[in-house]
Amino acid sequence: MEGFWTRVLLRLWVALILVFLFTPIVLIFLYAFNTSNIQSWPIPGLTLKWFSATIDDADIRSSLALSLQVGLIATAVALVLGSCAAFAIHRMTWFGKEVVSLMFVLPLALPGIITGISLNAFFSFGGVQLSTLTIIVGHTTFCIVVVYNNVLARLRRTQGSLVEAAMDLGANGFQVFRDITLPLIATAVVAGAMLAFALSFDEVIVTTFTAGAQNTLPLWIFGAIRLGQRLPEVNVVVSFVILVTIIPVVIAARLTGGGGAARVPAAR
Amino acid sequence: MTEEPLKQPALRVEGVRKSYGQVVAVDGVDLVVAEGEFFTLLGPSGSGKTTLLRLIAGFERPDAGRIELGGRDITSLPPYLRDTNTVFQDYALFPHMSVADNIAYGLRVKGVPKQARVKRVQRALEMVRLTGLGNRRPNQLSGGQRQRVALARAVVNEPEVLLLDEPLGALDLKLRQEMQIELKQIQKEVGITFVYVTHDQEEALTMSDRMAVLANGRIEQVGTPVEVYERPTTEFVAGFIGISNVLLRDGVRFVVRPEKIRMLAEGEQPEPGMVVESGQVEEVIYVGMSSRYLVRLDRGEQLVAVRQNMDAVGDSRRFEGRPVRLAWTPDHTYVLDTGR
Repeated sequence: MEGFWTRVLLRLWVALILVFLFTPIVLIFLYAFNTSNIQSWPIPGLTLKWFSATIDDADIRSSLALSLQVGLIATAVALVLGSCAAFAIHRMTWFGKEVVSLMFVLPLALPGIITGISLNAFFSFGGVQLSTLTIIVGHTTFCIVVVYNNVLARLRRTQGSLVEAAMDLGANGFQVFRDITLPLIATAVVAGAMLAFALSFDEVIVTTFTAGAQNTLPLWIFGAIRLGQRLPEVNVVVSFVILVTIIPVVIAARLTGGGGAARVPAAR
Repeated sequence: MTEEPLKQPALRVEGVRKSYGQVVAVDGVDLVVAEGEFFTLLGPSGSGKTTLLRLIAGFERPDAGRIELGGRDITSLPPYLRDTNTVFQDYALFPHMSVADNIAYGLRVKGVPKQARVKRVQRALEMVRLTGLGNRRPNQLSGGQRQRVALARAVVNEPEVLLLDEPLGALDLKLRQEMQIELKQIQKEVGITFVYVTHDQEEALTMSDRMAVLANGRIEQVGTPVEVYERPTTEFVAGFIGISNVLLRDGVRFVVRPEKIRMLAEGEQPEPGMVVESGQVEEVIYVGMSSRYLVRLDRGEQLVAVRQNMDAVGDSRRFEGRPVRLAWTPDHTYVLDTGR
C-alpha cells in the first residue's frame, strides 16, 4: 500500500501528462469554432461559419475525395495481400520464416522518408508518372503491414487443433476455412483494415514523395499551414481528420480485445 | 469364439512407420482392434502413442505400412473422408459456436437434415448429462463439461472408431476417476470401438478391454489388463505398469509384484512351497491405504513390498531398520522374456 501523498502525487503526475498530450488537440477543436480568424486566447466567441466555408471549398472537397479514394483502395489491396501473407507465414516451417516476416513489417518500422524517397526514385527510374495510383501504391506498403500483423497475431493465438478438429468432423479445406478459420480471424481482419485506413488517411511523408499534382487532405493542410492562410479552415479539417482516424482505431482496439492493437511497432 | 463368423476387425494397422527427420516416432507397429472393443495405447511420453493415433485419424501420413478401417484401406485418405472421430486432449471446441452447434458440426458438414440433427444433438447432450446447456458457449463451461462436449461432438457422428487422445489429462484426480467410469459406460452404451491413448497405467488397467504398451515407437506387449499386469513379457512393461521387483536367481530373471510378497512375522513359518529371502527394512513409506516397505535383501537387491495398513496409524514405521524375512510363491513370479 502506497501512502496518501504518494497516491495524490501519482494522480497529479498522470493528470499533467494527459494535459500535456491532449491540450493541443483540444485547442484545435476549440479554434475550429472561433469567431475570429486570428488564433489568440481567449477566443472571442463561438461560430459554425468556418464549417460552411470549409464545405464550400472545392479544393478541400477534392482533397477529401482523394484521401478517401486512396485510403479505401490501399486498404482493400492491403486486406488481400496482408491476409494472404499472414496465412503463408503462419503455415511456413522454413528456417528463413522470421526473415521474411521481418521484411513484411519493415515498411512500417522504417522512417516514412526512406519509403517515400525509395518509391519516388523507383517511379522516376521506371518512368512512372506520379499520380493517384502511385500514392495508392505508397500507402499500400505500410497498410499491408498493419493487416498482416493483426491477422498473424490472431492466427498465432488460435488453437491449431481447431482446424484438425473440423477436418476430423468431416469438413474439407473450403468448409474449414468458411466455418472455422474465417469466423475466428474476422475481427482481426476488420481491425487491421480500420487501422490501415486510419494510417493512410493522415499520412503525409510517403504521400509527399509519391503524389504528383494531387492533394490529399493532409497535404492540403500542410500547404495551407505553410502559406499561413485560411487557418480557421485548417482547424476544421484537422478536427475532421482526428475524428476519422480515432474512431477506427478505437473500434479496432475493441475488436482485438484491448489496447494491444496499437498502431504497431514503433515508428510513425 | 470359433463359431463366430469371420468378422472384419474395426481397425487393422500393419507395419506402420513414421519418422520426423532423424527421429523415428512410430517404428513398425502392427495392431488389430476388434469391433466394439475398448483398446488402449499406453506408453510414456515420446513412446509414439499420440503419433500412432494421429496416423489413424489421418492428420499424419505414414512413411510405410497400411491402415484399414472396417476392412477398407484408408492409408491415403484425408481425415475428412475417414470414418473416425477424435476427442482431442485440449478438447478443440470451436469457441465461436454454441455447445449444440459444436456437437452438430459433424452432422452439418455431412448434410444431415436439420430435424434429425437437432434430435441427435439432443440425445448426445443427454448421454453426457449436459441437457439444457446447448446454448452455452464453450468458455462458459467448466473443464469437465468441456470434456463431455468434446466427447459428445465425436460420438454423435457414430464413427467406426473413436479416437481419444489423453482426454482426461487436464482434469483433476477425482473428476478423472469419475469420468473413467462414465466413459466406459458410454462406450458400452453406444457400442463404438474406442482407441484410447494414455500415459496413466491405472487408467489403462481400469478401462481397457485390451491394451498395447508402447515404448520407443514399438509395441512391447498387447493383452488384457490382467495379462499385461500379471504376466509382463518385457522388463519395460513390468517396470512401467505398477512397481516391479526384478530379481536374478540361478541365471533366471523374474518379476515379483510388491503385493505378492508376504512379510513374515518373527517365528512365523512360511507356507509350504514359498521362497523365503531375508533382508533389512530400509524405509517405510506411508501411502494411505497401504505402506510400502523398501527392503535391502542380504543378497544385495532392493525389493518393494506392500502391506495394507491394518495396524494403528504410524505403527508400520517401527519396522524401519529391522531384519525381516520376505516370502512369495514361485507361481506368482514371472520370468522375463528380455529378448535382447
